[in-house]
Amino acid sequence: MPDLKKLPDAEHQIAALAESLRPIFEQAPDTVLIGVFTGGVWIAERLSQLLPSHPPVGSVDISFYRDDFSERGLSPNVQPTSVPVDIAGKPVILVDDVLYTGRTTRAALNELFDYGRPASVQLAVLADRGGRQLPIAADYCAWQVELPEKANLVLARTPLDNPKGQLTWSLDDA
Amino acid sequence: MLDPQLDADGNLIHLLSTEGLSREQLTRLLDTGASFIGVSDRDMKKVPLLRGKSVFNLFFENSTRTRTTFEIAAKRLSADVINLNMSTSSTAKGETLLDTVDNLCAMHADMFVVRHESSGAPHLIVDHLRRTGRNDIHLINAGDGRHGHPTQGLLDMYTIRHYKGGFEGLNVALIGDILHSRVARSDIHALKTLGAASIRVIGPQTLIPTDIEALGVEVHRDLEGGLKDCDVVIALRLQRERMTGALLPSATEFHDRYGLTHERLKAAKPDAIVMHPGPMNRGVEIDSAVADSPRAVILPQVTFGIAMRMAVMSVLAGGGA
Repeated sequence: MPDLKKLPDAEHQIAALAESLRPIFEQAPDTVLIGVFTGGVWIAERLSQLLPSHPPVGSVDISFYRDDFSERGLSPNVQPTSVPVDIAGKPVILVDDVLYTGRTTRAALNELFDYGRPASVQLAVLADRGGRQLPIAADYCAWQVELPEKANLVLARTPLDNPKGQLTWSLDDA
Repeated sequence: MLDPQLDADGNLIHLLSTEGLSREQLTRLLDTGASFIGVSDRDMKKVPLLRGKSVFNLFFENSTRTRTTFEIAAKRLSADVINLNMSTSSTAKGETLLDTVDNLCAMHADMFVVRHESSGAPHLIVDHLRRTGRNDIHLINAGDGRHGHPTQGLLDMYTIRHYKGGFEGLNVALIGDILHSRVARSDIHALKTLGAASIRVIGPQTLIPTDIEALGVEVHRDLEGGLKDCDVVIALRLQRERMTGALLPSATEFHDRYGLTHERLKAAKPDAIVMHPGPMNRGVEIDSAVADSPRAVILPQVTFGIAMRMAVMSVLAGGGA
């Protein structure tokens, strides 16, 4: 388990992720960033600011596409999904904070395809913590970390309601 | 006594009435409704939330619009919908209500949407489901007698919140046939809980229930007086099909005293919205000029109604609010 006091700087990781994504946007300027609520949307917005072309950002809330609805019910804070551009025929980069079981990515892909048929979808995540339960892998990843099952890795924004707020990692081993 | 809408842990598993719902539960339902609005705007108007579930529409009383909006809501959640027109089915052959329910349970129903001309019929079914241990089947009251029409109440609250931003400080008027209106009761309970400043009911004495003040509303006989400083004006349909006695001289006379016209609306705030649960009697409770004016939000009510019914279905099926 990594030292709680030495978690990497999320803002630096996002800058590195933006650098690795930059060639895609140079080659295909119509590429769209789609963030997965909540952390993925914050990262996608930050990436859009950092990339020279400031690509459009969409956001998906996967609550209506979860595979555990019958066990866990509906999340009390479903956010509206917003895909501001027509994604049909365009390359899409799906952005999430933590890649873990892969179930969120599966749900996000299903939701995305209800908005149109993208030319391609790639997955960019800030952290890949292992523990996959589905055949899903990140195309771009800033941080590979192995965490025990009970650990909870969360991206926080301070202040929460400020889009320019500082993004930081927190880890608790509940 | 346990609220029959709730399970042992206090989760909402049936929707019988807006009465008894907490502000938190109402707000959660409205917030969930907001997230379903976008689904109906897409080309692909479906989400897979209730895939494989069977929703039975049991309408013991005729209704086209409410049944249709429930059907659309269920289909946009990917549920299978079975419409039963009970007035022409086995009840007509003598089967009891609860025998019908047992039969539908044996067909593996997951949800019942019930409309009945008798107040309390949905309660009776919920009690029966509880007694027979079928806690996995959910029920939504789609209108029972004069008692309640909670999804209409919720969509009205959604509409008010959408246009007014909230409920604090709002003056809301309900006009006309309060006596026969289950919508009025559902609205009043929800508005009370959500904290509207004042709720006025306006109409002739014969169409206002004698005990209505106990719900915490002001009663007005005079339309302009009741509309003074109102933010929200809800015209109710004159339910002439339910009027058995001589409650009204004529629809024309009702219109002359209580019909909503632009002139009379001057008493309300300039930005007051006008709502109506439909179907409208133009020229009776509402003038065409008002119904077709920009301040009328009657068609948005219909759109919001789909989202709110989707919200109710998914919150109930997902283990409650």
